[in-house]
Formats: sequence, C-alpha cells, structure tokens
Amino acid sequence: MTSILEVRNVTKKFGGLVAVNDVSFDVKKEEILSVIGPNGAGKSTLFKLISSFLKTTSGDVYFKGERISNLRPHIVAQKGVVRTFQETTIFKNMTVRETIIVAQHLRSKATLGGYFWGTKIAKEDNKAFGIQADELLDFIGLDSLRNEVASNLTQGNLRALGMAIGLATDPEILLLDEPFAGMNPEETMGMVDLVRLIRNERKVTVLLVEHDMSAVMSISERIVVLNFGSLIAEGTAQEIQNNEMVIEAYLGRADDALGA
Amino acid sequence: MNLTLKSKLLIAGGFLVFVFLFIPFFISFSGRSDFYFTLTSVALLSIASAGVWLTFYIGRINIGQGAFSLIGAYVSAILVMKAGMNFWLTLPLAGLFTAFVSVLIGLPILRLKGVYFAMITLVLTQVVTLTALALPITNGARGIVSIPLPRELSVFGVTLIPDLGTMDNPKLAFYLISCVLMVLTYWVLYRLVNSRLGQICRSMQQNEELASSIGINIAYVRIIVFAISSFFGGIGGSMFGAIAQSVYPSTFQVKDSIDFMLNCFLGGLGYVFGPLLGTFVLYFGWDLLFILDKFQLLVYASIVIILMRFLPNGLLSIRFSNLRRKSD
Amino acid sequence: MLELKDVELYYDHVYALRSISIYLNQGETVALIGANGAGKSSILKAITGLAKIHSGSMTYQGQDLTQLPTSTIVERGIVMVPEGRRVFPFLSVSDNLKMGAFTRTDKGEIEASMESVLERFPRLKERFRQAAGTLSGGEQQMLVIGRALMAKPKLLLLDEPSLGIAPKLVQDIARAIVNINRNEQVTVLLVEQNSRMALSISNRAYALTTGKVSISGDSRDMLHDERVKAAYLGGEI
Repeated sequence: MTSILEVRNVTKKFGGLVAVNDVSFDVKKEEILSVIGPNGAGKSTLFKLISSFLKTTSGDVYFKGERISNLRPHIVAQKGVVRTFQETTIFKNMTVRETIIVAQHLRSKATLGGYFWGTKIAKEDNKAFGIQADELLDFIGLDSLRNEVASNLTQGNLRALGMAIGLATDPEILLLDEPFAGMNPEETMGMVDLVRLIRNERKVTVLLVEHDMSAVMSISERIVVLNFGSLIAEGTAQEIQNNEMVIEAYLGRADDALGA
Repeated sequence: MNLTLKSKLLIAGGFLVFVFLFIPFFISFSGRSDFYFTLTSVALLSIASAGVWLTFYIGRINIGQGAFSLIGAYVSAILVMKAGMNFWLTLPLAGLFTAFVSVLIGLPILRLKGVYFAMITLVLTQVVTLTALALPITNGARGIVSIPLPRELSVFGVTLIPDLGTMDNPKLAFYLISCVLMVLTYWVLYRLVNSRLGQICRSMQQNEELASSIGINIAYVRIIVFAISSFFGGIGGSMFGAIAQSVYPSTFQVKDSIDFMLNCFLGGLGYVFGPLLGTFVLYFGWDLLFILDKFQLLVYASIVIILMRFLPNGLLSIRFSNLRRKSD
Repeated sequence: MLELKDVELYYDHVYALRSISIYLNQGETVALIGANGAGKSSILKAITGLAKIHSGSMTYQGQDLTQLPTSTIVERGIVMVPEGRRVFPFLSVSDNLKMGAFTRTDKGEIEASMESVLERFPRLKERFRQAAGTLSGGEQQMLVIGRALMAKPKLLLLDEPSLGIAPKLVQDIARAIVNINRNEQVTVLLVEQNSRMALSISNRAYALTTGKVSISGDSRDMLHDERVKAAYLGGEI
C-alpha cells in the first residue's frame, strides 16, 4: 500500500513549550490509523497541524506528495483532507438536511453570482445537492431526522452528523477528532461500525485521535503513540499493548513507584 | 414562516402600490408635502441599514455604516462639484468606491469577531469624520455646499429621469427614486439571502471553523459580504447628499452608525425586511416623541430598551409568533 | 468514613459514571486509577458537590452528602486539590497558603499550620515571598497541596498530582502524600493516571474504565496485575 499522507519532522512550540516534537509517520491509503497518547501528549495539537488549523513551527505535512501544512484550512479541504470536530461544533440553527446541503460546497459548479441570478448550472447544483443530501443521510442513518434542527440531536446523532458533513465534501482522507468521546459502549460500537463502513464503502482513508482505548484497539489497523509531544511507538494494536514505552507512558514509570 | 408564493407576491404588490401610489396620493390630498422628506429619509436610511443587516448575517456587529455613507456622500458631491459629472453617474461610482474602501478596511478587521469587530467599526465613523475635516478636497468643516440638483439622465435619447432642477416638485421625484432604490436593495438582499450565498453566510454566522473545514473560503465570503454591505451604505449616503444639496463631516456621525444597527435589531436580525421596518419605526418614533421636548431622548431610549428586552428577535417576530399560535 | 453506592452521573446525556460503589476507611490512602476520560475526576466532582449525581447515595461520617452545597462539604473537612495546579499566580506563596485557611475559625492556630506546611515542603519556604506564578510545575503542585492542608482537612482529595510534573519530582510528591497520610492522620483519596506511583503509595485501589469500576483490590496485588494494563490500553479484563 502506498502512503497518502506523510508527516515529516513536524514540531510545534507554544512559547517555550514544545507541544509536538519532531514527529514523523505515514498514513497508508485506505487504512484506519489512530493517534493516541496520555493527557497532554500533544494529540490534539498534532491533529490541528495536520488539518492546517494550526501552523507548524517546523516540519511539513504532505498529502499525495504535495505540501499541505500551513495552507489555509479551506484549501486543505479542497485538496481532499477534511477534518471533523467534536459534537459541539455544528451549525446549530440549521436542519440536518440544510447542513448537508451547505456542506457540499466543494461540489458547486456555479459561481456565487450564478446562484444569485439562478442560472441553469446553479439550479442543477441545487437539485443535485438535495438529492445527494438525502442519499448521504440515508447512508449515515440520519434520514428520519432530516428536518430536525441540529441543536436538538442526541450526542450519537450529532457525531454521525459531523461525519456526514465531512463526507459531503468527498474527502480522500477523513480526520476524526475524538469520535468516541463520551459515548456509552453500545454507541461506541455503533460508531466503530460506521467508521469501518465509511472506509469500506467510500474508500476513504481515516486518521483519528482518540482516548477510548478499547475502541481504538478494535478499530485501528495501525496506531501511533505520542507522549510529551514525541512519537514513542508505532504499530498494530497488539504491538502497542505490549510496548514497554507505551505502558510507561500510560501507567507510569517503574521507578515512579516508591519502594515504601 | 411558510408563506406561499402567491401570498408573498400579494404582500410585495401591496407594498409597492402603497409606496408608489397611495402615499403620493395621500400627500397631495393632505398637502403635507413635508412628509416627502421624512419618507425619503426613511427609504434611504433603510438602504444603509440593509447593509448593516447583511454584516450581521455573517455574525459581525457593524457599527460603522455611517462611515461608508459619509464616504458615498462625499464621492458624489466631489465628482459633481469638481468634475462636473452628472449625479446619476456618480451614484454607482459612490457605491463602488465605498465598496472598494470597505475591502481595504475589511481585509484586516474582518478576522475579528464579536465586540472587537464592533469596537473597530464604531471608531471607523469617527475616523472618516476626522479625515473629512482634515482633507482639502472635502473642504473641511465648511463642507461641500450648494450642490446643484441632479441633471437629466437619458440613455440613447430616452429620458429616464428628468432634470430635477427644473421640476415643480423635486421632492416627489426624490421620493419616488429613493423608493425605487430601496425596493431594488431589498430585492437584492432577499435574493442573496435565499441563494446559496445566504446559506453560506448562515453557516459562517454559526460556526466559521466548521465552514472553513468544508472548503468554504471564509475570508473571501466575508469580504464580498462586507463590500456589498458598504455598497448599500455608499448609495444611501450619496442620495442623501444630493437631496440635502450639501455634505458636511457631521452629515453622518457615530449616532447614525448606531441608529443603523438599532434599526436592524429592532426590526429583527432573522428577517430580510427587518431593517426596513426598524428604520421606519425608529425614525417616526423619534419624530413623534418630539413633543416630549427634553424628555425625548430618555423616553426614546427606554422604549428601545424595553422592545429589545421583550422582543429580542425584533418587531417582525410578533407576526410570526401569532401565526404559529394560530396554526397550532 | 466515606461511602459511595451505585452513583450515576451524566452531563448532557453523556454518561460519566455508571453505578460506582467505593468506600474509604478512616486513615486510608485509596487510589482511583484509569486512563483519560475514565471518570476519575467526575467522582471527585460528585463528592464535593460540584456535579450533581443523578442517582445513588453518598455518605460521609454517616451523613448524607448528596444534598449539601460545596461550601458545607468543605467545612466538614473534605478538601480537594484540583487538577492543573491552580495557584493565584500574582499572589505570593505566603498569601496563597493563607487563602487555604479562609474557612477556618481558629485564627490563632493558622500560624502553626503554616509552619508545619513549610516544614513539609522546604522548597516553599525558600520561595515564601515569591509570586506563585514564577514557581516550577512541581513547586506549584506542592503549593496547592500545602494550601489544601491549611484548611485542616480530614479527607484530602487529590486530582492527578503527578500530571505534567518532571519525572524526578514525581517521587517527591509521592513521598509528601505518604507523609501527610501517616503523620497528620489525613485520609487520602488519590486520583492518578500514573498507576505505578499511585499503587505504590496506597492501601487499596479502584481501576476505572469508561465510567465503571473494572478492577478493585489491594494496591500491592494490583501493581502486578496484568488486568490493570488492559484497563489502560484496552483488551480483556
């Protein structure tokens, strides 16, 4: 399998604090890769660096050989690298269907002026957006809630809506920000299945940041572990579970224990 | 609010008949031709307010429309007086120049949100006023006065607008032209809001980060919207100068900027025609309170506060909440 | 001394705690361990009344805790040291410590408490007049623990005291906790991600995964229990 995303020596400093320190790894086409790490390890910062919501201090991120770090977020999205947010980030006054219609922005063929005057292309666009929104909501399982205002959705449905917003942009790689946070085990299993389905049916590569370990272990084909901003391990779930560096990072170092 | 197309057309048609036929008829009948000036002012101020409303639509509190109206007024006045141009040609130029200035100003400041953006726009009106006082071309505090009334506008020999200087009743002409501009402005606003740009604006109003994550160039949309908004401000200001036949640095002040914003709040930020109604009510409300003399401002301010407290979604929300109750 | 039975808590429909039952005996040090987001801090919030529980019971010295406001809970001797070392950065070390005695009525003995805190943490004595914001992370952690001691707690709740502390200071903090427990007869509930440190200084421990107690027992046994690893890194428990 070829690499679709390459993280190369990425470093981010906030003042004197090194949040991400010289991190390099690859994401392979159509794999599901998770980035994990204890509290304050720099996962969220790394996530923002990859999606270009933060600028790197040094190092770069390449998507299909092209540099995408430090570009503006909408340009990164245009290239096919799209992130989701945690559930509070939605268009809260829009209905589910309206949200997905807006989210298909990258599929627009008409110009803004064209939409204003209602040209033929614009009308075709609007029609297609509606059809595709219904189709996508069907796929994601939100079809019965299409006319519900987003702020009324439950936790699990909001997460699914976030996923649908990402998919509406036709991404090649989807970056998921803690997709399982705050869910009960049943909801988590449902979301794990949905992420797998998205990868299998839509051929989307998935990179996720998460701290629900059982979900991460069951969904990930490969895992990257950060601690104090540095990459300390990379491998399959089993390799990670038996890696002494990872165990130390999570459970504490053997010599932290007091021999009392 | 789910009005059918038919009832929408009916309301729009009724409004046009009222503005263009009923009011002139009423005024000529009653002989109160001073109403023309009041109503013309409402029409022009509502054009500028429409611009402010549009910046609200992308989630920005704009207290700087007075600046753009003043710029529009000066551009027309200077072009008429110094270059001898026909006012009607300077009108679109005033709008465009104002929009151009707003792009230059908007590039750095539209990144700000909330109270920060509001504060900067508030200062903007003062900056433009002070600039007008200082520059030679605007003639400082003495302003530009004795501007001739607009000349005839004709295209290929067809007279679209006659020479206002030779008319018996230029007030009526100004009124009708201002109303045409107002109708055009609100038609554009309505189309914008109900087109894809409107959807994009709503998404940005609610969450800019998410909007940019789905590929929307939020910086570009903000600039476009701010330019259109200021264009309306420039047009309103330019017409105002033509009617008053003079422009001073004090023609549009900070208070006017605040009024434009209040018009939007009062009418309703969720309704395209909110600023129109808001301008009308606020302008007349102020005039009607004239009888209260020194208590005018106090009572006026109290009423505005009470309205905002009990009708946070604007005057137009009354109608729709009633409708909803009926349909339940 | 403290007992929680079948406590359930959720924020906006998101479950944080599911049927949690734990107890503390007088004089014990009990550790709550588990990965990020397992619900450890939520237990502390429930005990101190900062988050209202949805069902279950909490008793402290035989009295119901669920209906009491946070201020009363603190007056009864339950004092929490929150995560993230929240000091008053512009106040001096000395003033920060005095803030801890805010609820005390025995003004005469405050000086004595101050002395004993400074004896316990000599580094704070060295920096007595310095603004708290200029201290290192480890020193700030000592300061917040010291500040909590100024309130003369009977039960001390410690939220992640080793988080983000330089590795060589982790042992210092651990030693201080042991001393507080033994010498001042303060019961300690220690919330820690660093299970190796926590298990080495506690009598008993509970491991949490996604809002539930998954393993509990004697700390010494749990230190070598493979299931603890699974609680953090996923896998069969």
